Amino acid sequence: MPDTTTSAPLAVPAAPVVGTAAARPEPAGRRRSARARWAGLAFVLPAWLYVVAFYLYPLLGNVRMSLRDYTVRSFYTGVAPFVGWQNHRLVWADDAFAGTVRNTVLFTVGSLFFQFSIGLALAVFFRRRFPLGGLLRSLLLVPWLLPLVVSGTAWRWILETDSGVLNQTLLGLHLVDQPVPWLASTDHALLSVTLVNIWVGIPFNMVILYGGLQAVPEHLYEAASLDGAGPWQRFWRITFPLLRPVTAVVLTLGLIYTLKVFDVIMVLTQGGPADSSQTLTTYAYDLSFQQLAFGRGAAVGNLLILVAVVFAFVYLRATRDGGSRDGGSRDGGSRARAAGRAR
Amino acid sequence: MRFRSTPPGGHGRRGARLAAAALLLLPLAGCGDSGGPAGDANTLTEIDYYDAAPQNSELPALLDQCGAQAGVRVQHQQVPRVQFMPKLLQQASARTLPDLALVDNPDLAQLAATGGLVSLSEAGLSTEGLYPSIVAAGRYEGQTYGIAPGVNGLALYYNQDLFRDAGLTPPKTWTELTSTAKALTKGNRYGIAFSAVGTEEGSFQFEPFFWTAGASLKRLDSPEAVRALTLWKDLVASGSASRSVVTWTQADINDQFLAGNAAMMVNGPWQLPTLNATKDLHFGIVPIPVPTPDAKPVTPLGGEVWTVGRSTPERERKAVAVLKCLLGQEKSAEWSAKAGYIPSNTAAARQLAASNPQLAPFVEEVATAQARTAELGTAYPKVSEALYNAIQASLAGGKSPQQALSAAQGSLG
Repeated sequence: MPDTTTSAPLAVPAAPVVGTAAARPEPAGRRRSARARWAGLAFVLPAWLYVVAFYLYPLLGNVRMSLRDYTVRSFYTGVAPFVGWQNHRLVWADDAFAGTVRNTVLFTVGSLFFQFSIGLALAVFFRRRFPLGGLLRSLLLVPWLLPLVVSGTAWRWILETDSGVLNQTLLGLHLVDQPVPWLASTDHALLSVTLVNIWVGIPFNMVILYGGLQAVPEHLYEAASLDGAGPWQRFWRITFPLLRPVTAVVLTLGLIYTLKVFDVIMVLTQGGPADSSQTLTTYAYDLSFQQLAFGRGAAVGNLLILVAVVFAFVYLRATRDGGSRDGGSRDGGSRARAAGRAR
Repeated sequence: MRFRSTPPGGHGRRGARLAAAALLLLPLAGCGDSGGPAGDANTLTEIDYYDAAPQNSELPALLDQCGAQAGVRVQHQQVPRVQFMPKLLQQASARTLPDLALVDNPDLAQLAATGGLVSLSEAGLSTEGLYPSIVAAGRYEGQTYGIAPGVNGLALYYNQDLFRDAGLTPPKTWTELTSTAKALTKGNRYGIAFSAVGTEEGSFQFEPFFWTAGASLKRLDSPEAVRALTLWKDLVASGSASRSVVTWTQADINDQFLAGNAAMMVNGPWQLPTLNATKDLHFGIVPIPVPTPDAKPVTPLGGEVWTVGRSTPERERKAVAVLKCLLGQEKSAEWSAKAGYIPSNTAAARQLAASNPQLAPFVEEVATAQARTAELGTAYPKVSEALYNAIQASLAGGKSPQQALSAAQGSLG
């Protein structure tokens, strides 16, 4: 024991032991724990410096900007008078704001719901082994691998009112008798960008949920079918409950990803026509970089940061709980409980 | 969102100062030596947003020639239109504005407001003989900060073959425009194409109709404005124009016209090089139709102005020398011919109209064209946004022109 305290480099790898050592009232242990703490801090410092320089500083810069009257002149002179909450109030009073929030909610909820359900359905489907299953599964990853600007541009052509392949197909099948203005109508634009975003998000959901499914033991299903559980019962009583930790992760990450979706909307509609597909992200961009109202753009940015931070905490909690639940599922008791619920 | 939470200059004043200090140290370190690096005052930077031929190939050639005349090398840089102003502002905050920038004329007032531009009137550049409207567009608080090598406006292009087959003549009035467009709409082909896209381009395309009707940007919901928007709305509602006009840029409608999907289009002279290169397309150009036969078309003045960014007296002097060459009679005529612009010099423009009948309608309109910032100055971009949103709300949504324009006027407070 005492000889480990003499060599500093060893102190840190031994750090987990320190806790138990410090519990004993030993002066040597206390000294070692202090040194270990300093060394530990030294190891954490680079990470902190990185976070402060590249995340915290710009973030605070954004907050600072949102409280100032930042004009084009400010860029050159550096003078931007403090105006308190005025930018936030202006954004709040903006006619476009309520519609933008509504669009963001519809876009996010719609995207999440369908990405998740379709992703889950596909994951369950691919759990069975069948010829070319692996190939099909890898093909489904394509939307995820393509740069969003590329797939967005392709979708722009597909959804084009007069010559787009979607309308040509629908007209050819006599499903519609007028071309649908997918991107050219205030009634359809939000729906169209949401559909494209669902298409983009399915692979992510499928891959993670497929991974989660691998952890569900096969014999639970066997036991359940022996007990007479049908496919729906097996899904709702085994698959779904045991996937809960993974579900929480997928949904919170998906929520944060969807909130910040920018390229899909920018390529497809630029938030138009008439702001009908404007979300908070594109709205913030529009304020800052088109209208050059940087203070108000930053105020909307703050709102987005706040929402993302809230859900990041939800995510952290979910993963922590998920970890313990995941561990619990491995013991015989919970298996028995799950099998029991399947009955 | 990462990218949203850090707008340019989001690093704050201290960050900017640090960055500026770091940037300042570099040339200072260079100047410390007796000779100094070869690139310093002998290399000027230039920025513009031309992303299509022929402009993006002709401009660098022209810069090389004028640079050689002034004894400097000009480093050319091109960024997309949407990133152009943010990029310039970022450079302004770091005190690294390019020596030469070709700025869209309605943006000039905002850029000049930063204080980062050199006054061209003080630098001794003359605007004599240029169209007064473009001179006005380049002025801010009594000083000239931008001078255009060429200007442009909008006119009505029409497909001669389609008109001959239908036995029609190009429309002169709004009534004729509506009936002609209707008559030429057939199958996949629309009678007319224009751009109602949700950017400045959409406002630019609408303004000829808006101003010719007698409306003013100071009041977006006047009866004249409603009349102009009703014209557009009826064209779309009757199917004479595609509902996609709200997503088409001016480049897109040029493609539609080229492909024969539109019998007429509203567009500018910069499309001429591309259109002329298409052998089997026969087209003519007439001024924008007017509400009543005796009205004169008032089109928005288009075109970019050259600006000089603040740097060192020596660099500024050289940049002005390059500009003198670019704006000179010979080079500006060459640029106009190759890039599809009208020379800013009235005499040169008249001469060009006489020798090139294609350009005559544009030259005729430029004489009465109005600078977009003339009425509103730095407030123009905000009003323009309200205007194109109203156009979109009316064409793509259920709003009537009156409702849409009243809402737009209301949003401006």
